[in-house]
Amino acid sequence: MSAQIIEGRILGSSEEALLVHDGERIFQFESAPALGLGDLIRIEAEERSGTLHYLHHEILAETRVEPLSEGSESGRFIGRGVLQNLRARAALLRATRAFFDAQDFIEIEAPLIVPCPGLDVHLDPVGVDDGRFLITSPEHQLKRLLVGGARRIYSLGKVFRKEELGRLHEPEFTMLEWYRAYDDAEGVMRDTEALVELLARDLKGDAKIGGVDVSAPWERLRVDEAFERYAGMSVFDALRDEARYHQLMAEAIEPQLGKERPVFLTHYPIEMASLAAPDSSDPRFAMRFEAYIDGVEICNGFGELTDPDEQRARHERDRAIRAREGLAQPPLDEPFLRALEEGMPPSGGNALGFDRVVMLLLGAESIGDVIALPYSLR
Amino acid sequence: MADTTDIRKGFKIVLDGQPYVFVDHQFVKPGKGQAFVRSKLRNMITGNILERTFKSGEKLDKADTEDRNMQYLYAEGNSRVFMDTQNYEQVTITDEQLGETVYYLLDNTEVDVVFFEGRPIGVTPPTFVTLEVTETEPGFKGDTTSNVTKPATLETGLAIQVPLFVEVGEKLKIDTRTGEYVERVKG
Repeated sequence: MSAQIIEGRILGSSEEALLVHDGERIFQFESAPALGLGDLIRIEAEERSGTLHYLHHEILAETRVEPLSEGSESGRFIGRGVLQNLRARAALLRATRAFFDAQDFIEIEAPLIVPCPGLDVHLDPVGVDDGRFLITSPEHQLKRLLVGGARRIYSLGKVFRKEELGRLHEPEFTMLEWYRAYDDAEGVMRDTEALVELLARDLKGDAKIGGVDVSAPWERLRVDEAFERYAGMSVFDALRDEARYHQLMAEAIEPQLGKERPVFLTHYPIEMASLAAPDSSDPRFAMRFEAYIDGVEICNGFGELTDPDEQRARHERDRAIRAREGLAQPPLDEPFLRALEEGMPPSGGNALGFDRVVMLLLGAESIGDVIALPYSLR
Repeated sequence: MADTTDIRKGFKIVLDGQPYVFVDHQFVKPGKGQAFVRSKLRNMITGNILERTFKSGEKLDKADTEDRNMQYLYAEGNSRVFMDTQNYEQVTITDEQLGETVYYLLDNTEVDVVFFEGRPIGVTPPTFVTLEVTETEPGFKGDTTSNVTKPATLETGLAIQVPLFVEVGEKLKIDTRTGEYVERVKG
């Protein structure tokens, strides 16, 4: 016999039983008085031969809202299992840090407010009232550390992209970004497959995400081969109309990727290089890659562009497009460009959408279900 | 002219001369590329499902439909019969055309029937409907691990998840946009 205190919300009260949820578990008591559904309660109970017997109770708060109803906090955190997801997410954050710490990476807290958040024409930054912006990724800032001598660094924090909202998008989300100096794209691709396999095994005991076997090594597929295989055309023909290239990518290619094993899409056309270095053996392609699990893109990485002149030219080109299309006009990131002039080591870097990986690992419907309070609920 | 920002479940457009209603949609952005809305639409004449990806910002031809308040009478084979209470005119719509809205039809209740070019093609359900539970396990018996919901079937055949405390005979408020439980309706 041992006394126990149970505190939580009443999720059932009838002549036969009283049901109390303590946030993560349900407790059932027989021969308890009928009480108000949804109220918060403290119960003193006694355990006899494995079952809990009600002794006394105290009501701690009365509710005005039916428990588990749509729009209620209990409906979301308990009814949809979001609280369980958040406990798992916290464990995955710890395991991710342990993975990098064990390899002598330094965790960096990236700055969030910057004059230039990047100039990618497809990313819309959030402005703050002094004319600066919230980062869309910590890329420029972390690369300055590589110039300064850092060899292995990672950042695990929030980034912001305006008007991206959906099953796989939140305007504020968590990005894991890391760099290996004196290394290349292949180095961070190996990190990616090792990390995801480790997280799956830690969380579930096997290397499966749904029906996908995520054990390393993952498949590598060049973008030009993917266009031939899934879109039935050459990537260079598709590129004659940039919108057509993106539409084929979204409609014909991405949904097919990573169904049985994850796939790295590699060697993007140089027009889609962003901040990636050209392929030294064929300059029509760039050392950019993305990884897909069950049709969901989880990361975007590069063998990094280190040439200061080429970087400045790409940024000036992107700024001109931004001006033409009426998009936000951050200034050129001069401290970043000056750092490249100082000499940046050849490096591999990757940016991974942490919420998406958590969503896939937990089999959740959307990234909103693995985030404490998604944008639409604030 | 409408565009992709108007897309939501139930939004109706004309594609190739046919009326379609959005049943599902998803914001997609390939890598660092242009954004799209990947959509599933139901042809409101044939009931067939079409998958289509629209460029973000793409213009859409909003369907010029008319809603007429009618009474739902009964099911007849694979169709449903509705009556205009003003002139007693009756119209028939197939279950394929109605899609999931068949689960929100209760005999002798009033609904908005959608007409396109003079032809009845579907029903606009109210945002919330009240339906009675006809089947569910008694709540507190047996397995009480971490599951706080259980399956239930409602009077129209709709199968949903409900909290453990819900019992047969209770009336539930259902959100027709999600097909999910909102709360019990008392009294």
